[in-house]
Amino acid sequence: MIEFTDIHKSFGEKIVLDGVSARMEAGKCNLIIGTSGSGKTVLMKCLVGLIEPDSGQISYGGVSFGQMDTDSRKELRQQIGMLFQGSALFDSMTVEQNIMFPLDMFTRKTYQEKLVRVNEVLNRVDLQGVNQKFPAELSGGMKKRVGIARAIVLNPKYLFCDEPNSGLDPQTSMLIDKLIQEITIEYNITTIVNTHDMNSVMETGDHIIYMYQGKKEWEGSNKEIIFSKNDLLNRFIFASEFLRDAKDMRMLEMKGKIDNNRNTDELLK
Amino acid sequence: MTIFTEFGRYLLMIRGMFSKPENARMYWKEFMHQCSEIGIGSLGIVAIISVFMGAVSTLQTAYQLVSPFIPKSTIAQIVRDTVILEFAPTLVCIVLAGVVGSKIASELGNMRVSEQIDALEIMGINTKTYLVLPKIAAAMLVIPMLVVIAGVLGIWGGRFAGIMSGIVSPSIYDKGLLQFFKPYNVFFALVKAYTFAFIISSIPAFYGYYVKGGALEIGRASTKSVVVSCVAILFADYVLAQLLLDATPS
Repeated sequence: MIEFTDIHKSFGEKIVLDGVSARMEAGKCNLIIGTSGSGKTVLMKCLVGLIEPDSGQISYGGVSFGQMDTDSRKELRQQIGMLFQGSALFDSMTVEQNIMFPLDMFTRKTYQEKLVRVNEVLNRVDLQGVNQKFPAELSGGMKKRVGIARAIVLNPKYLFCDEPNSGLDPQTSMLIDKLIQEITIEYNITTIVNTHDMNSVMETGDHIIYMYQGKKEWEGSNKEIIFSKNDLLNRFIFASEFLRDAKDMRMLEMKGKIDNNRNTDELLK
Repeated sequence: MTIFTEFGRYLLMIRGMFSKPENARMYWKEFMHQCSEIGIGSLGIVAIISVFMGAVSTLQTAYQLVSPFIPKSTIAQIVRDTVILEFAPTLVCIVLAGVVGSKIASELGNMRVSEQIDALEIMGINTKTYLVLPKIAAAMLVIPMLVVIAGVLGIWGGRFAGIMSGIVSPSIYDKGLLQFFKPYNVFFALVKAYTFAFIISSIPAFYGYYVKGGALEIGRASTKSVVVSCVAILFADYVLAQLLLDATPS
């Protein structure tokens, strides 16, 4: 569980985070959504310790991050896995070396033991036979999967994903979302996903925070978002006419007025 | 950013490099990798430059020594001292500032821009210790070796050019090499080599590590690191000559 209270961060005169608080539960996909420049990436960087917030408190499993010494922070970071927007794979290393890197650095396992673990996580993300390929030889979706494999190789307690769907086609995006959701439940980890993708919001958002101009504007789940009356949120989520129609359909379905799985052939005749 | 702020950040980076390694074996592996990259990777260009530098020195020295009263062995003495005192350490290190410096700056810059450094930080690795320290340590080990090789090849190149052009015979050249030889000059060359090695590796590492932006900024950082390194080498060259060589007439 990650809890953060009253996080403030400014860059010069510009206030980027203005008193953001929330609690991210384990075993759930916690989503941070918002328009570009709303402060969600800065919030995520504050949470993982890449940026120091000006004020506020961040705690991991009840222990304050700010009060940890360097060694405790290092220990905590070994329990954190992160998937970056551009995957951030080490381009001079093969897929196998990339995934094995945290094992090399933090464990004393033999090469064979490490290889077994690498193949295990590669199977988990449904990638086989790519061990000796370099990141440049992989597609965007494969890179994301390798990024996930590297993030979970040390069995982390916390998983951060920064825009995992960016640059991916809708079908691959769905696969990545599903994978993140499955891993979250399977390993009971606290997952925080920073996303723009509306499919992710609707499919995986067990807990959603909507950020607007550095503030938490709305908090709820994907079930509640459909019925939200928050104008800013509705304008962000249901930006197009198509999405507004889809929302109406989903609302009607949830109220039992229509069945979205009905046979539409009858209607088209 | 003022020059003082930049220098302050540079010092903080240097200070931040010294921390306990997470896994000494991995750091050793990275150090050896950097030794190979910097040392073996630059050996070819260093060899070519050194041989031609010595050869040209012989020809130009012979061209200037027109007096019949000056023995031919003086050519070898001048070539030897110029190569040891200046050409091998300074000229080679200026070339290495371009070859090694731009490589270090662009490698770290690319890692910064593509969030690879952030990925290492999140894993709990001190990136200054893991990425910068092995580069500086490797440069401090292999660049003085390259300077020694450059000195030897430079003197050999001078001998080869002297013989091939008929300016000086092998025995006279060899005799000249041994005349009035001061071992202190080799010490001076090595002091310069260590100083320049630190400059060549740490300045580009600083510009690469703190790069912000994209490909354009990586290119700019790389160019700036080479320019600053070259100026720093020339400045350090002057300071060391002033401090270590007693040039005042007795």
